[in-house]
Amino acid sequence: MTVNSSISREELQESLETRTVEHTHDEAANSMFGFIVFLLSESIIFLSFFAGYIVYKTTTPDWLPPGVEGLEVREPAINTVILVSSSFVIYFAELALKRHNMWGFRLLWSTTMAMGSYFLYGQAVEWSSLHFSVTSGVFGGMFYLLTGFHGLHVFTGVVLQLIMLVRSLIPGNYDQGHFGVDATSLFWHFVDVIWIILFFLIYIWQ
Amino acid sequence: MTNTQIENPKILLETHHHPPTTWKTYFTFSTDHKVIGIQYIVTSFIFFLIGGILAMIIRGELITPEADLVDRTVYNAMFTMHGTIMLFLWTFPVLVGLANYLVPLMIGARDMAFPRLNAVAFWMVPVFGIILMASFFLPGGPAQAGWWSYPPVSLQNPTGNLINGQFLWLIAVAISGVSSIMGGVNFVTTIVKMRAPGMTFFRMPAYVWAVFSAQIIQLFGLPALTAGAVMLLLDLSIGTAFFDPAKGGNAVLFQHFFWFYSHPAVYVIILPVFGIFSEIFPVYSRKPLFGYKVVAVSSLLIAGVSGFVWVHHMFASGTPAWMRIVFMVSTMFVSVPTGIKVFAWVATIWGGKLRLTTPMLFALGGLIMFVFAGITGIMLSSVPIDIHVNNTYFVVGHFHYVLYGTVTMGMFAAFYHWFPKMTGRMYYEGLGKLHFWLSFIGTNLNFLPMHPLGLQGMLRRVSSYDPEYAFWNVIASIGGFLLGMSTLPFILNMIGSWVQGEKAPDNPWRAIGLEWLVASPPPVENFEEIPVVISEPYGYGKSEPLTANLEKQELARDLN
Repeated sequence: MTVNSSISREELQESLETRTVEHTHDEAANSMFGFIVFLLSESIIFLSFFAGYIVYKTTTPDWLPPGVEGLEVREPAINTVILVSSSFVIYFAELALKRHNMWGFRLLWSTTMAMGSYFLYGQAVEWSSLHFSVTSGVFGGMFYLLTGFHGLHVFTGVVLQLIMLVRSLIPGNYDQGHFGVDATSLFWHFVDVIWIILFFLIYIWQ
Repeated sequence: MTNTQIENPKILLETHHHPPTTWKTYFTFSTDHKVIGIQYIVTSFIFFLIGGILAMIIRGELITPEADLVDRTVYNAMFTMHGTIMLFLWTFPVLVGLANYLVPLMIGARDMAFPRLNAVAFWMVPVFGIILMASFFLPGGPAQAGWWSYPPVSLQNPTGNLINGQFLWLIAVAISGVSSIMGGVNFVTTIVKMRAPGMTFFRMPAYVWAVFSAQIIQLFGLPALTAGAVMLLLDLSIGTAFFDPAKGGNAVLFQHFFWFYSHPAVYVIILPVFGIFSEIFPVYSRKPLFGYKVVAVSSLLIAGVSGFVWVHHMFASGTPAWMRIVFMVSTMFVSVPTGIKVFAWVATIWGGKLRLTTPMLFALGGLIMFVFAGITGIMLSSVPIDIHVNNTYFVVGHFHYVLYGTVTMGMFAAFYHWFPKMTGRMYYEGLGKLHFWLSFIGTNLNFLPMHPLGLQGMLRRVSSYDPEYAFWNVIASIGGFLLGMSTLPFILNMIGSWVQGEKAPDNPWRAIGLEWLVASPPPVENFEEIPVVISEPYGYGKSEPLTANLEKQELARDLN
């Protein structure tokens, strides 16, 4: 291999000129990229739990604990509809913010929060009516693990939404950019998609 | 092909010696990636010493066939904690530390993408280290179920306390996982988004490629271990039935969760060491890295294949025959990209002007031992051999050739190679060479005898054994103590040279790469102005008396 040396004087001069342009990195774009990477990674936790659920469901002889017939589907289905709809509401909230319609944003954003909170309430009601516990065999453990871990994510989403709502009340906060709002919204869609899989896995495939 | 890499004459003309970072800086919540890198390295080295002391106790126990040095439960705790500390508190954090130090410098970035997240991720390491160490003082002692914590053994709780050794072990591993995920997000974002202008993916040093591939494994493998650890923690603390066969659970499922991450974790550890080799061989052979692009892409290929090999840890766990064959083949396939790397390094060294400095010796020693580890690895991937030597010292010998012979030796190569850059001082070559020969001889004396022991049938994790195994065990223990001693010249060397070593020039090895263009140690901001990269890395040439950047320095001087 020949060695070569080199850069010519012209090349050097050229690079001296290009480097004077200060190279800046877009902080918000970095943050969004990092957040997407984080969500991809987190989806693996859910996928692991789902894989575990499928293995247990297909190999455990006494799948349901004694005295348990199955799960009631009606209430969770209503809850599902509410959570999935809230994903559309949050999309329009974000759209309102992009159009600098602050009150529209706050209204739609609060609606999402209310829907998310209702979902949590519905789940709490369901939990309190069930006749098995987390120690009722593998089924009980898996059920509470999956719904509980997902519920924790919904709760986190609502808390994030509350923070973003409070921040929107300070004038000028979202004039330059709104990474927090975008990330919260993406997180909400993520939590929704996970729930849809979870709903089919636990409630439909009984 | 041009051999020059970057342009930023301003840096070359002025040396920016900022006020030195004092020792107190390392005890603060610094967001500077260089400070965090050294924090990681020093912290994990302290844990390396603790893990090493436990290893000395294990080898001390095994020097005689009788279980006479420590109690059997203490012995169980010793090998469990030795494995846990060496993996979670030495190899993982030390490699993250080195990557933290080097990656932003190598890609021409001022810092990591998320400096505060980086600092938080580091400070979790001492926290979980202390949690793990605290289990030594609990009634019942630390975890005793081995570093893999298989249930139902790990679900045994003789003391009846909720807070037991196994519980703290799981908490510590969970914190370690969170810290590693933060690190993974940070590294991947930094490498994708923060490269200097002109630094395309195929102008990144092979080390950066390796770190990138390793961190992708962290992001997509680690959550599976976290899932398994959460379920095991629930079994242990509130009595769920996931992995407890007595309650209808499935203990083998834990092995799937565990190895789905923990086998790829081996590549998380070794890929950066491959990267280190790829940096060191060209510098001390004065030749470009042979097949740079293939070496770079092979890292990503190893990361990809790593997701499909985990069942080879479970050939003896009642795995169906067809599945064993699938995973045997996929495991053997890992040797393809790995072999490509080995051939590329040999071709790089071949006919080069070798300078046998301490880093080069460590890299060569590491490469030799890696080749040996690779061969025994292929043997183990084959089902019949694996069934024969399953749970014997053959396996222990194999992975210690990987984890000490390759990873730890590679880390020492990196420490010596980048020591002048990190500290602004030169290390003592004589002490470095003493360290190398002690550890090279010690490693082989310690771990080579484990292979015949394993083939003869000596089981691992036992504190007493049949006297027919005594001969090889005595040799292994002597080697182990030699290996323990080899750390002393290293500590002396590092502390001594850092305090009063000779002042290092900015580029003592005449290496090419952005990190060598800044002052030693680098200023807080790394680069006065972000450099513009204009060609591939590794432009070393046979007839070239000077490295590219020195030449550019002259050119730049002419310009002014």
